[in-house]
Amino acid sequence: MQTKAFRKTYTRIERITKATCVVKAGNIKYGELAWINDRPAQAISVVNDLVTLQVFGGTEGVSTQSKVIFTGKPPTLEVSDLLAGRFFNALGQPIDNGSPVSGEERIIKGSTVNPVNRAKPNVLLATGIAGIDLNNTLVTGQKIPFFADPDQPYNQVMADVALRAEADKIILGGMGLSNDDFLFFKNTFESAGVLDKIVCFINTSEDPSLERLLIPDMACTAAEYFANDKKEKVLLLLTDMTLYADALATVANKMDQIPSKDSMPGSLYSDLASIYEKAVQFQHGGSITMIAVTTLNEGDITHAIPDNTGYITEGQLYLKRDSDIGKVIVDPFRSLSRLKQNVIGKKTREDHPQVMNALIRLYADAMDAKTKKENGFDLNEYDVRCLNFSKDYAIKLLAVDINISIDEMLETGWELLQKHFERYEVGIKEEFLNKYWKITEEQTA
Amino acid sequence: MTTGKVKGIISNLLLVEVDGPATQNEVCLVNAGKWLKAEVIRVQQNIVSAQLFESSESIQIGTEVRFTGKMLEVELGPGILSKKYDGLQSDLEKMSGTFIELGDSTSPLDDDSRFSFEPLAKEREKVMAGHWLGNVKEQNIDHKIMLPLSWKGSFTVKWIASEGEYGIRDVIARVEDQNGVEQEVTMVQKWPVKVPLRGFREKLRPGKIFQTGLRVIDTLNPMMEGGTGYIPGPFGTGKTVLQQAIAKNSEADILIIVACGERANEVVEIFSEFPNLTDPVTGHKLDTKTTIICNTSNMPVAAREASVYVGMTLAEYYRCMGLKVLLLADSTSRWAQALREMSNRMEELPGQDAFPVELPATIANFYSRSGIVNLYNDESGSVTFIGTISPAGGNFKEPVTESTSKVARCFYALSQKRADSKRYPAIDPLASYSKYLDYLEFQQYSDENIQKGWVQEIKKAKDILRIGLEARDQINILGDDAVPIDYHINFWKSELIDFGIIQQNSFDDIDMRTEMDRQKYMLNFILGLCNTDYEFEEFEQVRDLFKNMINLVAQMNFSEYKSDSFMKYEGQISDLINNKSGSYANQGIS
Repeated sequence: MQTKAFRKTYTRIERITKATCVVKAGNIKYGELAWINDRPAQAISVVNDLVTLQVFGGTEGVSTQSKVIFTGKPPTLEVSDLLAGRFFNALGQPIDNGSPVSGEERIIKGSTVNPVNRAKPNVLLATGIAGIDLNNTLVTGQKIPFFADPDQPYNQVMADVALRAEADKIILGGMGLSNDDFLFFKNTFESAGVLDKIVCFINTSEDPSLERLLIPDMACTAAEYFANDKKEKVLLLLTDMTLYADALATVANKMDQIPSKDSMPGSLYSDLASIYEKAVQFQHGGSITMIAVTTLNEGDITHAIPDNTGYITEGQLYLKRDSDIGKVIVDPFRSLSRLKQNVIGKKTREDHPQVMNALIRLYADAMDAKTKKENGFDLNEYDVRCLNFSKDYAIKLLAVDINISIDEMLETGWELLQKHFERYEVGIKEEFLNKYWKITEEQTA
Repeated sequence: MTTGKVKGIISNLLLVEVDGPATQNEVCLVNAGKWLKAEVIRVQQNIVSAQLFESSESIQIGTEVRFTGKMLEVELGPGILSKKYDGLQSDLEKMSGTFIELGDSTSPLDDDSRFSFEPLAKEREKVMAGHWLGNVKEQNIDHKIMLPLSWKGSFTVKWIASEGEYGIRDVIARVEDQNGVEQEVTMVQKWPVKVPLRGFREKLRPGKIFQTGLRVIDTLNPMMEGGTGYIPGPFGTGKTVLQQAIAKNSEADILIIVACGERANEVVEIFSEFPNLTDPVTGHKLDTKTTIICNTSNMPVAAREASVYVGMTLAEYYRCMGLKVLLLADSTSRWAQALREMSNRMEELPGQDAFPVELPATIANFYSRSGIVNLYNDESGSVTFIGTISPAGGNFKEPVTESTSKVARCFYALSQKRADSKRYPAIDPLASYSKYLDYLEFQQYSDENIQKGWVQEIKKAKDILRIGLEARDQINILGDDAVPIDYHINFWKSELIDFGIIQQNSFDDIDMRTEMDRQKYMLNFILGLCNTDYEFEEFEQVRDLFKNMINLVAQMNFSEYKSDSFMKYEGQISDLINNKSGSYANQGIS
């Protein structure tokens, strides 16, 4: 592609920064893909005859006399069924020693789905993890990130979710993925025997960092092909979006843009939304469900990246190490699935919403009791019961290593409530108490 | 008309060299195969900066631009209700294809639709802009056909159509201006969105409650007809759920929802739910009084600003018909961010957090367009506006929240802590306020229409909450044993108000909406419980009794008002209080 002879070439590079260069050129369209020394670049500002290019491959070694070849079109991906089972780099070129995929060429920053053509997402996506299915139930067409510190096993949990969810295709967009993690995903998918339904776009930490700007759009284009053209259920995994945002900030900085919060570009919200909003439930049944990873610094979710993400995505899953039980749990307070209301108590058992809320409210009481204890106060009898409950709850329902059905989760929930509390303490509608609370003889105060 | 050529493209900011006059906020059309709309936002000699309402890919240096001489306008007329518009008032349902393609634009009204017209004005009558010439039934409301609001001076009706069915672009009246020039009036008119649409005689001071069905608002922090409010909150605290709950339960005649830079799935939810939900006030389907303007977060950023103005203009238009309009915008922060992106591209010197320096003025002007008004014929209409804010990092000390706090009268602060412990709606009862509580107009109104001394009762409830919070802090610092039992009683009284009044389940069919009558009953009932003298031996008894009461009050909230079960739970509470020396553990079980 980059050597086609009829393309206009220019050699007057006027300015070079670490991420961009400015070239004198005429008739260039905004967003056009170009090649500098065989490195991909894109026009991100055109003023008179000066074109500013963001150079995905980095500008190391670019000289004022380097050759710039314009392709006349924005970055594209050729889509077809042959994408399945393949591994590509950020430009859609194979990295698995296979031959290039040919198919219909599509611009990777595709159009927006007309909201009136979306369907309301209401198909349950079960994962077997109670911290997700019980407290933060997912549905197809949802977009949700894991907010996790770098030392937490987010990639493992994400792979678990991917394999247990019933998806027709799993598309992985890896940004700044360590080679080890890349191999982990590859091996996990291989040993699960699902390689034929995987498509991977990978930018490892060894690749040029700005190339990862293309990964989400490439992955979304492939996802849209399978979800819309083929009407399949697609699960799209993006890890790690923090590194993607860092790359955005680099380019904005080199363009002399005034940074907003945390040195991030002012357009961060829109940039992230253009990716996450590709999650969709089509009326014809196809869907794109997006699970992403946003790594945090010491759990700080007020940083611009997780903060903007949280406003875009339909909830967030928050992993946390529970030192009382020595396991990683899905934090029931900070985690949220906004779309759970579409399925809980409707597609799942009627008592689901109330049981879920009761358990979390009591867990909150337990945390208050814990604070009290840490401050050296005497605990009352209720506090002690709460603390005992919280340990049980964490082990049996919050830990990420759980794999049971939602009905089993609800049964476990009722067992815990009855073991530690009285009817009047749980705040559940009487109708459900009468049905699910098993009254025993010794329960008279 | 002025034409020009593109000289620069910086994302969706275009620099255009022009050959003639250009006006600030004028709409120009850019030839990208299709004509794309852009708005002039700065003029420097012969270079015009324009924000493109679409993606810039496919535009290059030299692309042709035509200027329209007009500011961004909306089309007003019967047929707006139950429409789903994009940020520029294109009807989304008229677009073909699954995706919105570059330059897709459709007409806002149904051009071939016909309405049955009933004349209100008489021949030879003197009329002015905004006067009602006739009436058509749009869905279930009386849509007034007015003398176009942009016309100046007074006119004489020469001819008015007789009762019958007419197309929206048929002439329904001919009027003569002071110079004897005759003009034709149809059911359709236009208005530039950035100019406040008046068409009323005077603006009044709000004082009449605007019911939302939510207890924490109506009882504790009431909104007024024609009032303004804002809901800031970190993500995950339920801004959108709260706003949708207000939308579903409010007593508005007309509901206009602007989904500004938020999630597409949220509008989809409205699309799919509203046609099936019944408006609790009129009994009609909710979508028949609703218009949705959606510029979701992946739709063009520049149209976000336009979308809130389009929404406000539509609201003002219906206000001129003497209707009670509720305008909701979710979220105004996204609009402010769109302003920031553009300001940054134009390399303006930034204000706080890189927002443009005129942000506070822009926000103040916008909120001020709402209000309750008297029309020329002494009818009144109102636009009540509630906006949400998504403060960065959940910190209210940021420019959008601060600027809004100076103009909006009601503040509904969503608290992360309440959301974490699933106390919904997560409105912080003490940080939130309604300045209308101090309005003499509301005190008079509530004395006459709710109950004498109502405002004092509200303040009592807030005092109990405040004292309870202080007591809780003391208990947390000193420990359960080290404080007098009174502290526990005070704390649990505040919990009783929290669980009985503030918390409300917006997914429960009964609890989701509470009529004012019932709210009054519950406030008096709960204040009655709080005013009761209790005697306890030890603090554990306090918790037991109040937990039982809270459980029963919650069951009351889940029951039909004054139904058998409602009365049964109420009776159980009095039993509890009367023989509280016994054991409480089984009292909740019936």
